[in-house]
Amino acid sequence: MANSISTQALRKEFGDKTAVADLSLDVERGEVFGFLGPNGAGKTTAVKMLLGLISPTSGRGEVLGSPLGDHRSREKVGFLPEHFRFHDWLTAEEFLRLHGNLYKIPSPILTPRIGELLELVGLENHREKKLRAFSKGMLQRIGLAQALLNEPDLVFLDEPTSGLDPVGRRLVRDIIRDLREGGTTVFLNSHMLSEVEITCDRVAFIRQGEVLTTNSLQSLVEGELTVEIRAQNVNPAVLEGLAQWGENIRADGDHLSLTLSSEADMPVMTRYLVENGVDVYAIRPKQLSLEDLFIQVVGTEGGL
Amino acid sequence: MTIFVIARLTFREAARRKILLAALLMGLIYLVIYAIGFYFVNQDIANSQFTTGLLELNQIRNFLFMAGMYVVNFLTVAMAVLTSVDTLSGEIASGTVHTLVSKPLQRWEIVVGKWLGFVGMLSLYLLLMAGGTILLVYLISGYTAPNVLRGLSLLWLNAILLLGVSLAGGAVLSTLANGVLVFGMFGIAFVGGWIEQIGSFLQNQTAVNVGIISSLLIPSEALWKRAAFEMQSPLVSALGFSPFTAASMPSLVMVIYGLIYASLALLLAIRLFNKRDL
Repeated sequence: MANSISTQALRKEFGDKTAVADLSLDVERGEVFGFLGPNGAGKTTAVKMLLGLISPTSGRGEVLGSPLGDHRSREKVGFLPEHFRFHDWLTAEEFLRLHGNLYKIPSPILTPRIGELLELVGLENHREKKLRAFSKGMLQRIGLAQALLNEPDLVFLDEPTSGLDPVGRRLVRDIIRDLREGGTTVFLNSHMLSEVEITCDRVAFIRQGEVLTTNSLQSLVEGELTVEIRAQNVNPAVLEGLAQWGENIRADGDHLSLTLSSEADMPVMTRYLVENGVDVYAIRPKQLSLEDLFIQVVGTEGGL
Repeated sequence: MTIFVIARLTFREAARRKILLAALLMGLIYLVIYAIGFYFVNQDIANSQFTTGLLELNQIRNFLFMAGMYVVNFLTVAMAVLTSVDTLSGEIASGTVHTLVSKPLQRWEIVVGKWLGFVGMLSLYLLLMAGGTILLVYLISGYTAPNVLRGLSLLWLNAILLLGVSLAGGAVLSTLANGVLVFGMFGIAFVGGWIEQIGSFLQNQTAVNVGIISSLLIPSEALWKRAAFEMQSPLVSALGFSPFTAASMPSLVMVIYGLIYASLALLLAIRLFNKRDL
């Protein structure tokens, strides 16, 4: 099956400033794709190009099989914009009805759908309330409902949890999980790494409008890990013996650390230590977190 | 049809934001003041010993009627500009446009939808204001001006024309800059119209040319003058100079120019909005 999103060398310049330099992406159908980068890396500009809000200076791409900017490509697309500014003189229900009409959803389908979605995002009791009276978190919830009206094949979420409290964040996470189970592709634009770590299948790191690398999050879990050990009675011979499982062995008093090539080596190594008379107080695996990876890939300069 | 969804949204927004209410209230106040004024002036002239003939009476009534229509024209034009001046620029600035444009619709549908919404609103407003004036004049004095339908069509075209300009400006400019632009153009047309009028009266060809050029720049004052020409009684124009008679009457070509201008303004608005990065 064709990819949900596929772009080749997308570029966008605003005057003499390059917002996106060279964006080549492939997002498969049904995956939850995280789009990471420091502030000002061109994430939002990239999403806007994919949605046809901004026309690229050069390059090309397809969304759900239609060329960028083609309004038909948006038929099965949902979008929650970053700043979620909506027509605030509408009530929650009117707002969803308006956008359902813009999706050309027939009324007999739309009416129950609005009820379902209001319930899904926990706003069923605010149906008649004007958006003007909504809190930031409520606006984000109604915006999310709006993005799901057409039962999309592809959803763009631009910083979907920025205004939410922990309860709201869990809600978004659950919705993303449900979408994935239903086969919907989710394009998640975020700098909340912990969120991405929990929800995404793959992540792309972008800096200055260029994709630096694309990683499967599974490989993060399965990759090498650093182990910290607190132990006594470690003689030099035992220390040397540890080299068969790992490298970068360091000893500092009671503290040892080494990098294992796989998690499977942990029990074997533990047994080796115990059998050689070492008193083990703690063995702590330190997995490379997404944050470590982010710093590694993007660097520490951060966004400006 | 998506266009009608947007048109309805536009109409409803004007209603919710109480723009319609304010406009209708002001319109109503105008009609009341106009009715009182017209009633007393009409009574005065009918009882006066100097104005006895019906023709003479009707000329004065026509003059008063034109004064009313002048206000109606101004109110409708102001309504056209004030309601539409931020409709594109405002949505772009606030970001509400993002959820609209990312839907499976084409951008021209948004522009045309908004245009239709405003056209509906302006038509209704013009009909109420002008219709009210005509009715009041008739009820109080039994007088009806000639060619009222033709005159109203021209006032309508005038409002639509400025609406188009305001939409086109709003697709690229900020709300404030757009307001300055559209009212600036309206001012140019106004001054140009008067220069032409006086120039024509004094038979100064340069002044007339200045007026014509300003009318080409934006033909809104010319359309009003043509409308006034249509609705004035033939005798008033024969009598000569009054603020509402056109010493140099805009030709039919100018009316056609106005039609083309209004259409091009809408097309320009669509084109500019299409190209805009949002």
